[in-house]
Amino acid sequence: MIWFKSGASARKRSTTAALTMASVVALGLAILAPAAHAAGTTIRAVMHSGLRVLDPIITTAHITRNHGYMIYDTLLSMDSNYKPQPQMAEYKVSDDGLTYTLTLREGLLWHDGTPVTAEDCVASLKRWAQRDTGGQMMMDVTESLTAADARTIVLKLKQPFAPVLDMLAKPSSVVPFMMPKKVAETPSTESITDQTGSGPFKFVKGEFQPGVKVVYEKFDKYIPRKEPPSWTAGGKVVKVDRVEWINMPDAQTALNALGSGEIDYMEAPPVDLLPMAEGNRDLRKFIWNPLGSQTMGRMNFLYPPFDNVKIRRAAMLAMNQEDVLSALIGNPDYYKICASMYGCGVPLETNAGAPPSLTLKGDPKAAQALLKEAGYDGTPVVILQPTDVITTAAQPVVAAQALRAAGFKVVLQPMDWQTLVTRRASQAPIAEGGWHMFFTNWIGAEVWTPLVNPMMNARGKKGGFFGWMDDPEIEAMRVSFAAAKTLEEQKAIAAKIQQRAYDDVAYVPLGTYIIPALYRTSLSGLLQGPAPLFWNVKKAN
Amino acid sequence: MLAYFSRRVLAAIPVMGVVALFVFLLLRLPPGDPAAIIAGDTATPAQLEAIRSGLGLDKPIPVQFITWIGQLAQGDLGTSLISKTPVTTLIGQRLGPTLSLALITMVLSIVIAVPLGVLAAWKHGTFVDSIVMAISVLGFSVPVFVIGYVLIQVFAINLRWFPVQGFSNIENGLGPFALRATLPAFTLASIYVALIARMTRASLLDVLGEDYIRTARAKGVTERKVLFRHALRNSAVPILTVIGTGFALLISGVVVTESVFNIPGLGRLIVDAVLARDYPVIQGLILLTSGIYVLINLLVDLSYSLLDPRIRY
Repeated sequence: MIWFKSGASARKRSTTAALTMASVVALGLAILAPAAHAAGTTIRAVMHSGLRVLDPIITTAHITRNHGYMIYDTLLSMDSNYKPQPQMAEYKVSDDGLTYTLTLREGLLWHDGTPVTAEDCVASLKRWAQRDTGGQMMMDVTESLTAADARTIVLKLKQPFAPVLDMLAKPSSVVPFMMPKKVAETPSTESITDQTGSGPFKFVKGEFQPGVKVVYEKFDKYIPRKEPPSWTAGGKVVKVDRVEWINMPDAQTALNALGSGEIDYMEAPPVDLLPMAEGNRDLRKFIWNPLGSQTMGRMNFLYPPFDNVKIRRAAMLAMNQEDVLSALIGNPDYYKICASMYGCGVPLETNAGAPPSLTLKGDPKAAQALLKEAGYDGTPVVILQPTDVITTAAQPVVAAQALRAAGFKVVLQPMDWQTLVTRRASQAPIAEGGWHMFFTNWIGAEVWTPLVNPMMNARGKKGGFFGWMDDPEIEAMRVSFAAAKTLEEQKAIAAKIQQRAYDDVAYVPLGTYIIPALYRTSLSGLLQGPAPLFWNVKKAN
Repeated sequence: MLAYFSRRVLAAIPVMGVVALFVFLLLRLPPGDPAAIIAGDTATPAQLEAIRSGLGLDKPIPVQFITWIGQLAQGDLGTSLISKTPVTTLIGQRLGPTLSLALITMVLSIVIAVPLGVLAAWKHGTFVDSIVMAISVLGFSVPVFVIGYVLIQVFAINLRWFPVQGFSNIENGLGPFALRATLPAFTLASIYVALIARMTRASLLDVLGEDYIRTARAKGVTERKVLFRHALRNSAVPILTVIGTGFALLISGVVVTESVFNIPGLGRLIVDAVLARDYPVIQGLILLTSGIYVLINLLVDLSYSLLDPRIRY
């Protein structure tokens, strides 16, 4: 009994001690705990990568384009029907289609409080046109681009160029963002160092940590348009005080932070982590980019064996989209077979010229036969294989296996993405650091017309996209496309261009994937568009 | 001692010079072009060349080297090619998280590991010794990111005692700082606890077999005094060496832990800079870490004389 009593007493003492200890720990943690998030109007977002380059004209990097949409504005914007709409400026086109007059809205200000002028916009357009291929084509037919007065920009053409408005509303890299004249006068080969814009958010320079964190504050003096938002067109009404982009290199960490409420938005969660989010009732999926991304392979036209069009065709016959997409994405809910080089669900979508094998199971036997007919001598095909970027890691491996099955000898060269970016720019022979094939991805708005689709640039070694396809016929058709006046006309020419591009094997489109963003239910009003957009988004406390 | 200190500091200058030369040359060997990285997908060869020229990368390598050394002599580490931010600013932004995490980790490791090592040595060959050594092997063998994720799952997600990720500077308050530093510090400490505990045990076992320990015991000195005053102090030199090296490693290479806990430290800065071929940043960081290694080695050497009066400089 005594033993029992003393045992109970000991247990009581130990329970008391445990409770005391727990209370001390809890009290300590309570003291240490930060104040509850008072700022209910700060959106914390993890984007697909860290922001490092701040000039959206010098680079085509999507994160820098997204940054551009935060702090800069555009003269025109693209709506969800793919139509250019007035944004900073209203426009008029002369009857002969040679003069475009753009009139700036009243009251537009730069973030330093000075008024936006036509001269600023002329300087911005000129800098943009030096970097953008569509802009270069426009400037090739431009007679003059001037500021008629403080609010009027006049573009005079030497000959009609129908896509002028599309170019000024270009939604993805390189977007013609407007900058103050003193900034826009920076040579287009040097990064700007002043981030003054006139967009709905201001860049907070003091809090910028390259690759770690970037902070934007609402620009109180921004005057949004009255129309409802639609893609990048319409009113850019900011409904929060701040937006913070926090870079998290580890996707699992970002998902944990989203689940615990430390962040509100995750732009590009890996597909294999999405099921974890589906079990959390505080999280929702959101497809901000309904056009998705096109994944593709590009061959080098300069050197054997791919300087031979029959061998390029044999390579294309060997590959198929399903194998690539299932390895890359896995879940069929997030990918789509699509033979159109312009992407699917866009006005110019067409299957013209696409070999059925591409969207079926491939045709290794036909590929073997064609290889034999072409006299393939067994030259090993060097495929650049990035191992550090998850969205480009699977394609080279799947393609290599398909090519081997068709009789190619293949050498996969593993490397980091940045090495690939450098290497693919090399026009040297293979023995001197050249290459035969690489893979990359484009968002829909970057391939949806023959003018913006980089792989349809057929200007060869001097002005073409890596791989350097040289086909004057395609170039001539692109000029015809630029002069086409109706959508029907454009569609007909675009189909012919794609037919020719497939004949040339300009590139091998390997299908489309759509990765949804994740967000907490405290956010509302998210917009679809060519980039993740943060105006119109509300955050509940 | 002062003369020795001065000699060692002066000797560090040529060491740093050699490091600077090697780093500069080695970085130019692997493929990679910051201009191509900046320009992106659609740049033409002419545009790439123009950007390269704008960055000064078209100049001969000796000219680039002399320019960089000239800047260094004026205390200027240069400017990031990618973000156009001064390298000193970038390092300044990242040094705080790294240093504070390294310090907390080391203090935590020493506080836990040294008593564990002493206990294992004292109870040599017993069940206690086996348990301590098993914990050490576990800490050393389990990948650090696994430990990190487990701690996050238990203490941040399930119990909600700590935030999942992030870092808060100490000037924002001790509370937020401690809350965010705790899990990463325990994660990193798992390795160093194992390492220091094993070193303490091994070193102490050597000393416990010495004649003077037997003499002390024979004189009736208490076991605690024998262990902590006579044995531990005399076995501290190798332990201190491990601690010094560990601290230097913590400053230069904890990129996995920094990624798991989203800490904007020097490790991530180095990896990002290497991937982007951001030469000035890489050069600046390697010089900095070399300097830290030299300094820590010097401090460790000097501390030997405090622990062991037989060592004189």
